Amino acid sequence: MKIVFKSMVLLFSLLLVSCGGKEEKKKEGFSVKRQKTTEKVVETPAVSETKASERVDLSNKGVGPVTSVALNEAIDDAMAASGKEVFDQMCMACHRVGKKFIGPAPNGILERRTPEWVMNMILNPDQMVKEDLLAKDLLIEFNGSPMANQGLTEEQARAVLEYFRTL
Amino acid sequence: MKKISYSILTLLGLAMVFTSCNQQGKSASNGALSSNAAEKVYVAPGEHDEFYAFMSGGFSGQLAVYGLPSGRLFKVIPVFSQDAEKAYGYNEETKPMLNTSFGFVPWDDAHHPDISQTNGELDGRYVFINGNNTPRIAKIDLTTFETTEIIEIPNTAGNHSSSYVTDNTEYVVAGTRFSIPVPQRDMPINEYKGNFKGALSFISVDPEDGGMDIKFQVLMPGFDYDKAHPGRGKSHGWFFFTTYNTEEANSLLEVNASQNDKDFIAAVNWKKIEEYVNNGGGTIMPTNYAHNVYDEHTQSATSTMMKEVLMVNPSEVPGAIYFLPTPKSPHGCDVDPTGEYIVGSGKLSANVTVHSFTKMLDAIENKKFAGDAYGIPILNFEDVLAGSVEQPGLGPLHTEFDNKGNAYTSFFISSEIVKWKLGTWEVVDRQPSYYSIGHLMIPGGNSQKPFGKYVVGMNKITKDRYLPTGPEVTQSAQLYDISGDKMELLLDFPTVGEPHYAAGIPADLIKPNSKKIYNLSENKHKYATTSDADARVERNGKEVHIYMTTIRSHFNPDNIEGVKVGDKVYFHVTNLEQDYDVPHGISMIGANTSELLIMPGQTESFVWEPKRVGVWPFYCTDFCSALHQEMQGYIRVSPADSDIDLSWSLGE
Repeated sequence: MKIVFKSMVLLFSLLLVSCGGKEEKKKEGFSVKRQKTTEKVVETPAVSETKASERVDLSNKGVGPVTSVALNEAIDDAMAASGKEVFDQMCMACHRVGKKFIGPAPNGILERRTPEWVMNMILNPDQMVKEDLLAKDLLIEFNGSPMANQGLTEEQARAVLEYFRTL
Repeated sequence: MKKISYSILTLLGLAMVFTSCNQQGKSASNGALSSNAAEKVYVAPGEHDEFYAFMSGGFSGQLAVYGLPSGRLFKVIPVFSQDAEKAYGYNEETKPMLNTSFGFVPWDDAHHPDISQTNGELDGRYVFINGNNTPRIAKIDLTTFETTEIIEIPNTAGNHSSSYVTDNTEYVVAGTRFSIPVPQRDMPINEYKGNFKGALSFISVDPEDGGMDIKFQVLMPGFDYDKAHPGRGKSHGWFFFTTYNTEEANSLLEVNASQNDKDFIAAVNWKKIEEYVNNGGGTIMPTNYAHNVYDEHTQSATSTMMKEVLMVNPSEVPGAIYFLPTPKSPHGCDVDPTGEYIVGSGKLSANVTVHSFTKMLDAIENKKFAGDAYGIPILNFEDVLAGSVEQPGLGPLHTEFDNKGNAYTSFFISSEIVKWKLGTWEVVDRQPSYYSIGHLMIPGGNSQKPFGKYVVGMNKITKDRYLPTGPEVTQSAQLYDISGDKMELLLDFPTVGEPHYAAGIPADLIKPNSKKIYNLSENKHKYATTSDADARVERNGKEVHIYMTTIRSHFNPDNIEGVKVGDKVYFHVTNLEQDYDVPHGISMIGANTSELLIMPGQTESFVWEPKRVGVWPFYCTDFCSALHQEMQGYIRVSPADSDIDLSWSLGE
């Protein structure tokens, strides 16, 4: 009996092996019905319900070297072009235009943030996620994936900002 | 209540008595001003040490970086041995560093580190170190703390009287310990005498880029050339080498090489020989040796086989080389900071012999020769002797100097460091070492400008100094304070491999130049992917090249299909980070090599030859962020005859 069982196992495993290499049918992943948590969330009035990435704050300048940025009415095309170059090399691994990736998409960022905040986030991310509430919330919204300090100069960060205006 | 107070008082009283007793005991043994040794070596959390110490890793083949006075280990720099931790000698970029005329040699016996100098003072640009077994000299760049050049030394065996640098790093010297037939040939061993030769190599160092080149070799008589020291200051332009086995024995050297009452210190006027070769002197001799260079721009090493070397016979340059008789198989050959005194430590002699450079020049001037050895004039011992330190201990090995006119000699047999005065030759202090000290090191102690605060003893025997770890115990160093009149033992600390010698330097001379990241825009690696948009996979016959990027915390691409059994898959991984201390690692299941550890802005490659069908994961080996555990990917491996197209993706 044991031998029969063993040979069955062997037979089936042979069958399985011969199946290998072919495309396998996509199987549905498991799903679990999750009950809504009944735990009471302690509401802190300062934190709004909107996701950090969608929150609009046009007064917060963030923490860092940039305290004031004057944007001209017209976009400086040359600066934007060099900003795109920097973005493609230094930022694209985590930020993609038009799509949420590791971090948020840069599209329309100046409708939600001040230019100073954006540049400080680029130049001083370590301190920002510690001291700026918005940056802190963003870190949590994006799974704790840290904004890397890519060592940009202030000039490069300014160019990237100009590029963002074209998106 | 009263009872309690009384007992407390009694206790207090007793404590006071004991405390005062203790203090008395201490002052009796260590002197009234003795302070707390622990305080002197304590470097508070977050604080930096005052000195770097580069200690040779001996038979580990590496160079270890310590802080002084703490004795803390910061880094093991791979030099002559493969190091899986850093992929040195495993990744495609550094494999050529270990190439030699004998093929790939993944190990050596690393001996004597020496720091580059300008005007006879440490300048903190490079450390040089010799590989003893497969004769090589390596250069470590102190901006990256990585080995950037290795040059093999032809016509040499047991590259031991190496790798010491002249006052302006004009030359790094490499002298052979074992004499051999030059050129190598098939001949009876017992015809050694008169037929074997000892080559001394002078390797020039480019003042701009540090590039090494064997400028010339001097073909000396068949002695063993043990240690060396360049002249300093007034004796700049000369190099001194201790010799033993002037008996030219080829067997049982333990007895047969200890017969002569005196061996020699060879004084070589390298400036004179340099002038000779600059004017076309010397003979070009065919040979074969590897010259391996790591290019910081391509981040890759190349190995070039060199086919000839310029050989100089001493007889061609009269007046360039002399022998100074020195008692009993001298080991250490050490020149004091002024360049006047040449200290020969006859390891079987009762005394330490000190020669005078001025007297040597005088004897040469007056042609006072005692004879010659193979045409090289031998000076009279008495004519060149400055003085001897009488009966300071047993088995003198090596001497370094402080900045107050004192010398410190290690004694292997009597296991101690002896401090003595230059000029008067009187012994002023001695401290035991635990156990059997070999070499010792004072930061800058072989240069014109010693920093005489500490001496580090490198001991040959450890025995019971640490918790036992089976039959093999750690190697050991000891730190002494030498700032006062008396030396004070402060600290024991374990070392990697057997440290034969070390080089110390004030941290301030190196710290500001230490590189933090590699600039992505300067990355000229052939397989670099400096923009995430260029991440891709290419097939070229059976070769698959993965151009991969990393940033916290993902690989791009992280899903790859279309790889087949029998392919040779190259991972070329560029770390896109530009922040200090954010390396990423990568390892692949089934790869017959080490992981990679890629610094920010750097590209490294390894080869994986998939042998089994399946879906195989790779992952980041160096903890990089809170999402490090998520930094992983899969490669689908199909049978060799499958027709699945190459495809790659991230986040799709």
